[in-house]
Amino acid sequence: MASEGDRRAGPEVADRSSKIAGLGAGGPRGVAIALASTVVFFVVLVVVITHAPGWPEVRTTFFNWHEFRTSLPEIARAFLLNVKIFCISEVLILAVALVLAVIRSLPGPVFFPLRAMAIAYADFFRGVPTILVIAILGFGAPALGLKAVPTSTTFWGIVALVLVYSAYVSEVYRAGIESVHPSQEAAARSLGLTRGHAMRYVILPQAVRRVIPPLLNDFIGLQKDTALVGVLGAIEAFNQSQIDVDATFNFTPYLAAAALFVAITVPLARFTDWLIVRDRRRRQATGAIA
Amino acid sequence: MQIEGLRKSFGRNEVLRGVDLEVEEHEVVCLIGASGSGKSTLLRCINLIEPVDAGRIVVEGDEITRRGIDVNRVRRRIGIVFQAFNLFPHMTVMRNVTLAPQVELGQSRAAAEARGRELLARFGLADKARDYPDRLSGGQQQRVAIVRALAMDPKLMLLDEVTSALDPELVAEVLEVIRELAAGGMTMLIATHEMAFARDIADRVCFLDEGVILEQGTPAQIFSAPREPRTKQFLERIVAAGRM
Repeated sequence: MASEGDRRAGPEVADRSSKIAGLGAGGPRGVAIALASTVVFFVVLVVVITHAPGWPEVRTTFFNWHEFRTSLPEIARAFLLNVKIFCISEVLILAVALVLAVIRSLPGPVFFPLRAMAIAYADFFRGVPTILVIAILGFGAPALGLKAVPTSTTFWGIVALVLVYSAYVSEVYRAGIESVHPSQEAAARSLGLTRGHAMRYVILPQAVRRVIPPLLNDFIGLQKDTALVGVLGAIEAFNQSQIDVDATFNFTPYLAAAALFVAITVPLARFTDWLIVRDRRRRQATGAIA
Repeated sequence: MQIEGLRKSFGRNEVLRGVDLEVEEHEVVCLIGASGSGKSTLLRCINLIEPVDAGRIVVEGDEITRRGIDVNRVRRRIGIVFQAFNLFPHMTVMRNVTLAPQVELGQSRAAAEARGRELLARFGLADKARDYPDRLSGGQQQRVAIVRALAMDPKLMLLDEVTSALDPELVAEVLEVIRELAAGGMTMLIATHEMAFARDIADRVCFLDEGVILEQGTPAQIFSAPREPRTKQFLERIVAAGRM
């Protein structure tokens, strides 16, 4: 199992390093060197691990193929809940964070209270660990016993993730808005566009396009953090694997859950890198646009 | 348009120190003067991009510097074109031109595009409508920027050194556009370093020096017989630099 995974990782890591660090620039020879050093690295790693004194035990408790296969279908079903939480949260985060970012970019002393609130919000929710926000909301809000307040753990998990991630994502948006040159706003306003219209048609489209890679980066983090909703008792992938581990005293189900997360986050990460590289190339091709 | 006692400071640096200027309908007025003499700032103040500190600007009997005026409404009547084009890079040429008429004047897309096509064709840009700005030469971009301002049917056009960022061989095509506008009777206030062009096109030339209009008159008066020593000095330097 382990060696199989290693072999698969080999070319991919080489491919990534060639793209990111520019090793591909060395031509076929550069690729060959990257490939060779990767193979050597993983062979050494596998040899060291499999010769460790505790390896036989680790192998049966973590790398048990039978356990993997029996637990995977159930965990995959639970993983659908992670995907659902991820999808719903993502849409809400994109909207809430955009509103926060626009509030922070409002000019003039009149809007100071709004700006101050948006800043306080971002500071607070970036400061508190996500797992605490989930626990406080998920256990606290339903305990109020109000009829109008839902008790679903999934619901409160999503609320908590939206609150925390909107704080991060609004900062990303804000960086994008500030990266659009002031002359663009001047041009838009000089045509008679209102501030809101200039924001909507001229500033934001350019800002959002520039921050797509960092946005995707945050969503890779979000996808992983859906597992934190498990602390509320929702049967998502992590909790399901926990149940399996408790039942069999074998830790392989954790690996099954990890494999599912990786299956989604790695393609997302590669896609993000590809976007960054493409963006950089495009900017070098056209030069800075005033 | 009348400007009276216009003052503007950036921090402690007073850029405009009481500018008085009148521009009649269909008149073409050129602003000349050294860099930093306040030409750009004056134009930006008239478009209300820069708030003025003191003084009045009256356009068609309407004081646009009064409190509580709808600045967006004012700007729709006054077009401005910048040195650096400032086209919207994420929009096609046509969208650059039709955005403001559609969003702010409530024109239908069809009407705005028909007008856009007409204007683009008039300035030799008919085949560029679907291109993005980064595919265009500087001269073409600047012509698009002029068309974009014209699409709002402004009563007054402000041109802020519109050829200064262009390669020399591209200057002529933009000046040609401005000549065509002048021939069409557009009221224009033009800040420029192109003295030959100013002499050729302007009804009146104003020499701006240290934030005031030091001298104004017909091109013949200013370029051939300047009264003020500083105007003379400025023009001598221009001639020495081979730019006139």
